[in-house]
This record gives sequence, C-alpha cells and structure tokens, in this order.
Amino acid sequence: MPQFLNIARIALIGLRRDRFALALSFLLPIIFFAVFAMIYSGHGSTTPKISIIVVDQDHSQASAQLLHSLQNEDSLKVATGPEPTKENPTPPDYTAASAEAAVKAGDVPVALIIPSGYGLHPISFGPAQPATQIELLNDSSDIIAPQMVNGLLQKAAMTSMPTTMAQQGMDLTGRNIGGFTPEQQKRVDAQMAAMRKYMADPANANRPSSSGGGGMIQVHSRAVVGENKPNPMIAFYAAAFGVMFLLWTASGAAGSLLDEAESGTLDRVLASRVSMGTLLAGKMTFAILLAFTQLTAMFVFGWLVYRVDLPHHIPGFVVMGLSTAFAVAAFGMLLASICRSRAQLGALSTIVIMSMSAIGGSMFPRYFMPKAMQTAGLFTINGWAIDGFTKVFWRDMPVSALWPQVTVLVSTGVVLFLIARQIARRWDYA
Amino acid sequence: MAAAVFPVPPPHPAPLLVSGLVKHFGSVKAVDNISLELHSGECLGLLGPNGAGKSTLIRAIVGRVAPDAGAISIFGAPAGSPAACAAIGWIPQELALYPRLTAAENLRAFGRYSGLTGKPLSDAVAWCLNWSALEDRAGALVRTLSGGMKRRLNMAAGLIHQPRLVLMDEPTVGVDPQSRNRIFEMIEALRDRGMTIIYTTHYMEEAERLADRIAIVDHGRIIALDTHQALIQNCFTASAQVIARFRDSSPALSVWASTHGGSLKDSTAEFAIDHPTDLARLLDSAAAAGLDLEDLALRRPNLESVFLHLTGRELRD
Repeated sequence: MPQFLNIARIALIGLRRDRFALALSFLLPIIFFAVFAMIYSGHGSTTPKISIIVVDQDHSQASAQLLHSLQNEDSLKVATGPEPTKENPTPPDYTAASAEAAVKAGDVPVALIIPSGYGLHPISFGPAQPATQIELLNDSSDIIAPQMVNGLLQKAAMTSMPTTMAQQGMDLTGRNIGGFTPEQQKRVDAQMAAMRKYMADPANANRPSSSGGGGMIQVHSRAVVGENKPNPMIAFYAAAFGVMFLLWTASGAAGSLLDEAESGTLDRVLASRVSMGTLLAGKMTFAILLAFTQLTAMFVFGWLVYRVDLPHHIPGFVVMGLSTAFAVAAFGMLLASICRSRAQLGALSTIVIMSMSAIGGSMFPRYFMPKAMQTAGLFTINGWAIDGFTKVFWRDMPVSALWPQVTVLVSTGVVLFLIARQIARRWDYA
Repeated sequence: MAAAVFPVPPPHPAPLLVSGLVKHFGSVKAVDNISLELHSGECLGLLGPNGAGKSTLIRAIVGRVAPDAGAISIFGAPAGSPAACAAIGWIPQELALYPRLTAAENLRAFGRYSGLTGKPLSDAVAWCLNWSALEDRAGALVRTLSGGMKRRLNMAAGLIHQPRLVLMDEPTVGVDPQSRNRIFEMIEALRDRGMTIIYTTHYMEEAERLADRIAIVDHGRIIALDTHQALIQNCFTASAQVIARFRDSSPALSVWASTHGGSLKDSTAEFAIDHPTDLARLLDSAAAAGLDLEDLALRRPNLESVFLHLTGRELRD
C-alpha cells in the first residue's frame, strides 16, 4: 500500500473510533443547514409580517379607507390599540404619544399618524398640489420596515382610494385648464358618481388596481429611536458579535478544566483542600472576568472608532455586561463538564454556539426572522443579551428597564452552573 | 480521698491504617481486601505488575477513589477528610503541573490550594525549591524545564504543605540516571526528617535502596509484605541460584535436572544451592550424563527474583 494511502487509512480509523467526532462531522453541516434554512426561508411560511401602529386622528372616509387597506395587507400586522389584558380588557386606542413610546420601546418598528385634515387633501399629484402629510415614526435600527410601509401606503392610494384620486385629479385638471364647461363638468360628475357607486359595492372595494404610480400620499418620516446616533447599527453589532465571541471565550476558558483533567492536575488539586464546587466556581470567575473584559474592550473600541456612546451608558453596560458574562461563563462550564476531551468540546461548542448565535440574532437581526424563529431566539443567551444591550445603547432606556434581561440571564447562569456542577461529579471520585 | 483520675492519652495513631479495602471498577476487582499499617517514619516500597491495583490503592488513600468496602485512616482521620488531606502529600506519576506557570508560581499555587498564605507559604516555596535543587530555575516556565527538573518540581509540589505522609507514584519514570540519583537523595533527605513514605515503583533497585519494608501487590491483594531480605529468605531457602543452559533438550537432561531437584524449561535448568561446592557436584554429574553445557550462571536471589517468583513471568498487559 502506498504510504499516502496508509496515512489516509490511519486517519480514517482514528475518525471511525472517535464516534462523537464521526457523528458531528456529518451532523454539523446538516444542523447548520437546517438552522439557516429555517431563518432565511421562514420555515415554509411567507415573508415575516411587519407590526405597525396606526393612529387615525382624522376619522374621515379617506383615512378609514387607508386604514382598512393597510389592515388588509398580508405583510402588515396593524394595531390601532394595545392588546386587551385581564387588567385592562378595553384599552384606549393609541395616541400619537403612546405610539411614539411604543416605537421607542421597540414594541413595533413603525407607527403611522394620520393627522386631522388628512381627508381634505389625502393625495398629491406633485409639488404644486401638496397633500396633508402622514407622519411615519420609525426605529432607525430597522432600515427595511419604514421603506416597506411607505411603499404600501402608496399602494393603498392606488388600490383603495380610486374615487379620491379621481376626484382630486379632476379638480387639478379643472384648475389647470381654467375650468370645465358645464357639459364637461356634468359628465365628470356622472363618472365620479358611477365610480363611487362601484366602490361602494363591498365586492369591489379591495380589488387591486392595475394602475401604477407612487408618492401620492405624502409621508414625513421621523426616526424616533437612533436619529441622533452617529452609527446606527454599530452598537447592535457590538452586542451581537460580542455575545457570540463571549460564548467562544467562555467555552475556551472552561476547556482548561479538561486539560487539567487530562494532565492529572485536576486530580492533584481535588486531593488538596479544594472541592469540585470551589474549583468550578474559580474557573467560572475567571471566565466571567475574561468575558467582561473582552466585551469592554469591544465597546471601548466601538466608542473610539465608531463613536458608540459608551460614556453615557456605563451603568447599563456594566449591568448587561456582567449579566451576559455570568450567563456565558456558566454556559462554558456546562459544555466543558459534558465533554470528555478538548476535541469533543471544540465540536460541541461549534455546533451549539453557532446555532444559538444564528437563532439568537448575533448574525442576523431577529426582527427580520419569521415569528417562530423570533420566539426560538428567546431560548438563547444571545437573544436576551442583544435585547438588553439594544435597550441600553439604542433605546437609551434606564437600568431599571433591564430587569427582564438581567433576570433571565442571571437565572440561566445559575441553572447552567448547577447542572455543570452536577455533571462534574464524575471528577469528584472514581 | 478519692484517687486522682488522669486521662489516658490516646495511642499515637498510625500514619496509615488500611483495613479490608475493596474496590471494584465494573466487574473488575481492582483492590481485593487489602489491609496495611504503616509505622511512623517508615518507607514502604509498593511493587506490583501493571494493573495489580497499586494506583487504585494509592488513590483511595488520597481520597480520590471511594472504596466499596473497608476503611482508611491517616493519622486517625478518615481518607478524604480535611485532616487527612492536610497530612498527605501526593506525588502522582503524571506531571501534574501548570505548564504556563513558572516553577515558583506552581509551588505557590499548590501551596495556596493547601491553605498556606503569607510567610509560611513563602518559606515553604523556598524550602521546596532548595530541596528539589531548582532555586536557580524558580522563575522558569515549567514547559521550558528538562524532564528531570519537571519530575523534581512535581515532587516538590506534593510536599509544599509539609505533609507527614508522602505517597510517591513512580517518581523516577523517564528521567536520566543523574536526575534519578538526585531524586533518591531528595527522598533520603525526607526520610532523615522522619517523614513516612509510600514509594511505588517498577524499579527493584529503587525499592531495595529506599524502602524499609516492601509490599508486593498482585490481583488487588498484598501477596507479600516484609523487609527485602526477609522476602528473599522466605522465597528462596537457598543462598544462590544456578542457571544452566544446554545445547539440546533431551530426556537425559530432564532426568538429570529432576535428580538434582532442579526445574527445567526448554533447555535451561535452574537449581537452588546453599554452598559453592554444590556447583562442582552439579557440573560433574552433568558431564557424567553426557549433557552438552552451553552457558552457566550463578545468581544470588534478589528482589527481582522474589517479584518474578511471586507474580510469575507472564506479561500482564
């Protein structure tokens, strides 16, 4: 047998006898394929719906038509008021202020305010004929949602308000040509009456129009979150990538446990006055400090180079940083206690961290994902950590608003550490 | 007037008392009812083939193996208890050190694990560096040390807390003769300080040189325990062994060997003799029987003879 075949044969035998590595070499690509396919394909469903709030201050026929049209859009989930709760079964509709607060809180990426008087001039055929502007409040971290909503507003003008459009078109024509003759005006009125009658029939109300065009509904966009941020997405990516790399760091740091078990150092330490619980706590403390330092370095770099506003968010950063570091350190301890060797740890951490990062939003913002994947993201450390950092750096929320994220991350850390301690009993005694 | 009652001081507990120790790993009985007592200041050599149960016994004494039955007491404290851990210094066969720390940092780390701080820790580190002749390499990273230096540091780390009972598991594996000799001197220095030692080794001459008593372990049992002279005397009543190898194996050879009380394997006969004159008598009778002698050796029985006699010559692993 040629030497190179002999070498290949030995490598194959080695792989075959490491069943865990063998299984992962086939499972790893399949799992990743499945995870990313679910994220990008929507797991068989259509494009994820965008949640928006619509505040109708006009209460005119035109505003009602517009609202109705938006509510019939498959790609939008329109809310005019908060969801009823047990405490408040009939909550009042959103106001301009509460809608803006909802965007700021990250409940929805876009809110539309249809102002009073909109019905008088709902659409515009150009600068010479300005219409009443609808206000679009958006979170600038989501660059897709406002554009999509704006496009759908124009679509609504074309499909759900033909009578308005025709009436205003006729008015504009009349003004430009110096007025219709009585006979022409009579025919225009007859046509408009026929059109109103046609549109009054519910069967025709939402029939799509084949006509094109755009920009007839005047929209004034205003970013209510992040409008003054110098680099809108940097803080998000600092958190998103930071958490993912923290998971790798924690996994690597916890791996020293396996090195020490292999070298006999662990045995020697446990034969002294040090208990397994103390040893794990020590390793975890190191992993927490390392992870927090790494996160700090990343945000300081972001501050110096990309003007991430770290100096004004230090309390929130410290709270979220320590909570995240605690959770990822415990996660690392759990992985290390499960694995029997560094090779196993490398393979398992790759599969778990990459999956968590993909689902949890470290690679791709969760609000772009299908609803099911967004929910799945809540079962990851990444998801909660990114949500918390977004609250701090994007929404400028106070530290007190971080309690859900901090509670989940710290509780997760405690649970993972306790499980790791239980599994690590195998090192306690033979 | 009632007589004054003086409390009777408790007897000084033995450094190590093992009674009826049993340990299974699955269906394998690694330790089979071992009982053992060490005297203060004694060095016990622990010999046995691979897989005989020596390491399991040692690990049970340091509290790293939970026995299925039996009891272990270290200076009166149960194995694994804080008092026992404080009294024991364990030098494992593996180089159980932190490779990215220096020699001194390793000693400090293990000293802190044992509860030492401040000046006692500094003094202990200094003593260990001196004892292991590593003072000039105190600041060197472990991974840059030679094999012999690492072995010595491995030993020093086990003694950082000044234990009273030291368990050494093959401390001279893989070192050159110079380093081995240095390690012997280190161990002899410990003996001179009155430390009680268990010394596990596969090198018989090490056990002969260092051990007061020798325990031979096989199949999880102690099959012999005595001084090495007593072991030899108990195994071999004769003072010397004659090993005679002949060119051919023949019926005449078999008859000759059995006539003189020897054993025969292939074409090699072994005899035990008490006097050198017995050798001349054997050779005369071989010549008379027409046997073609190829090689002759006269050996005094030693610990290796005892070991092979008791444990056999078959490979164990």
